[in-house]
Amino acid sequence: MIEFRQVSKRYDSDHTALRQVNFHLGRGELAFLTGHSGAGKSTLLKLIMVMERPSAGEVVVGGQRLNSLPKRQIPYIRRHIGVVFQNHQLLFDRTVFDNVAMPLEVMGVAPRDIGRRVRAALDKVGLLSKEKMNPMQLSGGEQQRVGIARAVVNKPPVLLADEPTGNLDPQLSADIMQLFTEFSQVGVTVLIATHDIALINQMGRRRLTLDHGELIAGGSALVGGGLNGR
Amino acid sequence: MAADPRQKPDNPRGAAARTKSPINNQARSYLDHHRKVARASAQRLLKTPIASLMTWTVMGVALALPVALLLLLTSLQGVSAGWESSARITTYLSMDTSVQQAREIAREIDSDGRIVSVELVERDQALAEFRAASGLGDALDFLGDNPLPHTLLITPQENARTAASVQALVVFIEGMGRVDQVQVDLGWLQRLNAMTDILARAVWALSLLLGAAVILVIGNTVRLAIENRRDEILVAKLVGGTDAFVRRPFLYVGAWFGLGGGIVAWVLIQASLWWLNGPIERLAALYRSEFALQGLGFDGAAALIIIAMLLGWLGAWVAVKRHLDDIEPGEIAGG
Repeated sequence: MIEFRQVSKRYDSDHTALRQVNFHLGRGELAFLTGHSGAGKSTLLKLIMVMERPSAGEVVVGGQRLNSLPKRQIPYIRRHIGVVFQNHQLLFDRTVFDNVAMPLEVMGVAPRDIGRRVRAALDKVGLLSKEKMNPMQLSGGEQQRVGIARAVVNKPPVLLADEPTGNLDPQLSADIMQLFTEFSQVGVTVLIATHDIALINQMGRRRLTLDHGELIAGGSALVGGGLNGR
Repeated sequence: MAADPRQKPDNPRGAAARTKSPINNQARSYLDHHRKVARASAQRLLKTPIASLMTWTVMGVALALPVALLLLLTSLQGVSAGWESSARITTYLSMDTSVQQAREIAREIDSDGRIVSVELVERDQALAEFRAASGLGDALDFLGDNPLPHTLLITPQENARTAASVQALVVFIEGMGRVDQVQVDLGWLQRLNAMTDILARAVWALSLLLGAAVILVIGNTVRLAIENRRDEILVAKLVGGTDAFVRRPFLYVGAWFGLGGGIVAWVLIQASLWWLNGPIERLAALYRSEFALQGLGFDGAAALIIIAMLLGWLGAWVAVKRHLDDIEPGEIAGG
């Protein structure tokens, strides 16, 4: 579902964010992306979302090579990728319902379907009773769950999360991880970037470790270049 | 899950293909979205009534000025058109022409197909009229001889009143014997026409300048709106909003600014017309003219408002083109 082939990303100076990264995530797989600050986690996520383009190598998401993707096709790719942010990226000028409805509106879903699907997503994260509230009135954990509802409301095949449990206590973190696990069980490919080693160990899932832009653990040998992707 | 990832990226049609009449459904949802965005944009403007009213007024003034001048211009052109149709050709016969000869010439001209009527003013009659009208009786007595010639007042057929045919008639009459001078008193009319031509160009130049000003004002206002809604734009782009989707609310904002500006301009024009009409009527009466300032009418008002909306939309488009592409969700994830 997500495949990196010898992917490098250099920013204009001689700062290299990623060096020849190789890995492949299958359908329904849940993996963690970890590494020190500045190791390239965000760059990797941005490449999947086509917020950045690789300097070398190939990124393939859902069979689509993103390198050759024309700019005006980018929105259609993003509709297949749900994203959960550490800082939620919720809009405080509208209700919880309207926040979650955004991906559907963008796709031009009919209004009555929007209502049904938004409520299904909110129900999934346990916030159905709060649909009319402003996200500002919610706690940090609830806001994060609204973000998750928004990320999954259009049932994307890929779900990315950037430090989704960053500001949450262990119990809330566990709840959110439980949600991600459920999504992966129904076939969604989930990639979670996090620092939270305890959480990763507890989950016992595949772990992609980045160190100064190199993938030092968890990569796949599917494509030439080997485990360490040199 | 729902969408097959191997397919070409989902276009909106994909979502509707599962329903009964996909194209219909798609169109309805598209229109629904437009209606929703249009309403939301209007509500946003009304939420800040003072700021919106100020923008509307700026736009209204900028639009009212050229439109008012245009109205004045049309009215002036109406005046000259009215006078052109009453064009008369005055022909002075040579001094040695007898009354008998003058009558023959009058008959001859009258028989021409392009002429409606010929009125002969004999020189004695002309002198009497002049004496009565000018009060220069003593001076005329001193002259002894009647200095006035026989005069023919010729009215051309209606279809012979264009500049070219009148000119042809003049040449024809000048070619006749005993004709001293042929005069078409259109000189002042030509001067008026020349002035309205200049005014017309000035009005167009002014319209272009003020139209550009309107576009810039709206562009700047919409630029601020874009800055205020930066987060929303980022999120919309993140969840797969196309450029058109992101642009749409701002284009509607521009159009609504245009609508308000057009209405303000119309009100300003109607108010000034109402205010000016009395004095103008009095002035026109003094000149025995039918001149009256033309109002906008329904068509004019509709055209004004539509043009204002187009200008607003265009201004929004300029702002959106320049600033929306700069907002890319690049800096959203940290680390």
